[in-house]
Amino acid sequence: MRYLRLMLVFFRVGILSELSYRANFITHLVESVMELGTALAGLAIVFSHTTTLGGWRPDEIVALVGVYFLVSGAIRMVIQPSMERLIEAVHEGTLDFTLTKPEDAQLLVSIQRIEIWNVTDVVLGFGVLGVALVRLGTTVGAWEAAAFAASLLAGGVIVYSFWLMLATLSFWFVRVENMLEIFSSMYEAGRWPVSFYPRWLRFMLTFLIPVAFATTVPAQALAGRITWKTLAAAYGLAVALVVISRAFWRVGVRRYSSASS
Amino acid sequence: MSWPVRWLADIYAQQFKTTFASFVQYRAALVIWLIGHVLEPLIYLVVWSTVSRSSGGSVGGFTAADFAAYFIVLMIVNHVTYTWIMYEYEYRVRQGTLSAELLRPVHPIHSDIADNVTSKLITLPGMLVIAALLGLIFRPAFHAVPWAMATFVPTILLAFIVRFLTEWTLALAAFWTTRVSAMNQVYFMAMLFFSGQLAPLELLPQPVRVIAFILPFRWTVGFPTELLLGRLTPAQALTGIGMQAAWLAASLVLMRVVWRAGLKVYSAVGA
Repeated sequence: MRYLRLMLVFFRVGILSELSYRANFITHLVESVMELGTALAGLAIVFSHTTTLGGWRPDEIVALVGVYFLVSGAIRMVIQPSMERLIEAVHEGTLDFTLTKPEDAQLLVSIQRIEIWNVTDVVLGFGVLGVALVRLGTTVGAWEAAAFAASLLAGGVIVYSFWLMLATLSFWFVRVENMLEIFSSMYEAGRWPVSFYPRWLRFMLTFLIPVAFATTVPAQALAGRITWKTLAAAYGLAVALVVISRAFWRVGVRRYSSASS
Repeated sequence: MSWPVRWLADIYAQQFKTTFASFVQYRAALVIWLIGHVLEPLIYLVVWSTVSRSSGGSVGGFTAADFAAYFIVLMIVNHVTYTWIMYEYEYRVRQGTLSAELLRPVHPIHSDIADNVTSKLITLPGMLVIAALLGLIFRPAFHAVPWAMATFVPTILLAFIVRFLTEWTLALAAFWTTRVSAMNQVYFMAMLFFSGQLAPLELLPQPVRVIAFILPFRWTVGFPTELLLGRLTPAQALTGIGMQAAWLAASLVLMRVVWRAGLKVYSAVGA
């Protein structure tokens, strides 16, 4: 409960500080709409040549695009800015200010910076998802909706833990930003079902750069094609990554030797 | 236009050294850059191969092996003609580092060309290795057509020059506005649809193909790709080279006009 209140406070501060740059909102909105338009127009061209794609119906792929925008918007809004600031703080020694606060430091660094304008991607993602759902119609029942929410949650946790682990590497190495860049660019691949990719790439996108659980799996759940095994695997990986990233963070902080050294 | 050739050659040689040194320093940035260049064509290769399999083996005359050949060649052509000058200029104008460059007794486009060519020389071997690996994985179908392969060389050179000039001119928009990112996005969107990056242009609707014929994008990416793959007739190849020449002339004129106008605005802001 206290954590929830803390998060709300951080969100409010983040929103307030960004509100002074209101023109950014229009820029972000225009860019998001264009990106979405590009994705949908590309889909229209692909589906002018075929009715199903590797077993996926058009509206199911549209739903996947919605999930992709939703998740990437959330990453760009909270996770990426916060983790970039964490890396900066480790390099400059300003992490001291966070560590001395009487709250869990991992939580504090994870929500320390919010770029609220990226919410446009989240909203557009929900919009696309909604349209796809209406068009898919009756095939989405209570079980599909529950499985979708559950797998989206697991996917979000996996992506967050992964980013935290990458950012925590900055306690040992100097140039960690590059690895974050690589993740962001590989994330593009999540716009299409990972089952399309050859096996080696699918493996990379599932375990090395866990994109699959955040995009393909929730969309699969929506289409009613998720098995208990996949859902269990998603939660297994999520729990494992939470534990590992937490341990990683602890060891890293112990290594952290503050600004003066 | 009588540049002392030796003098200009020295300038290029120096820029080669500088760029090379900075690339050795920023190896990681180079890898990230390469991933982006490989991933996008790879994604569309996979998607279109899936389309052709979903519709019984071929789409619009393209089999999965044809798509593999198309996107692997496209990856190389796109890499060779690529520029990052739009991001560079925004930074230069915003930070004012352009002022120092203007003091040099040579047009700034020369150092940009040398910079671009050097980095391509460094990255191209890596790209060719990646292309070979992708070739092993996706089994592309190449039909070697000798005359087309010979014509490919001047064509890709023209493509590089035209793309460099148009993007360099577009980069000058930074003189007028500080928000160039939205404009760049429009440009890359047009590039995606009209150049053949999203799909071979034959697969796109008729109106898109007509627009693609007029705009420069196709002539800088899709055209050399289709030519090397032997998908064009000699007449089509000639038309394409004609369009490249037309865009070369147009972009040269445009570049000069925009550069002069931009300089005036820049000095007004800087003062």
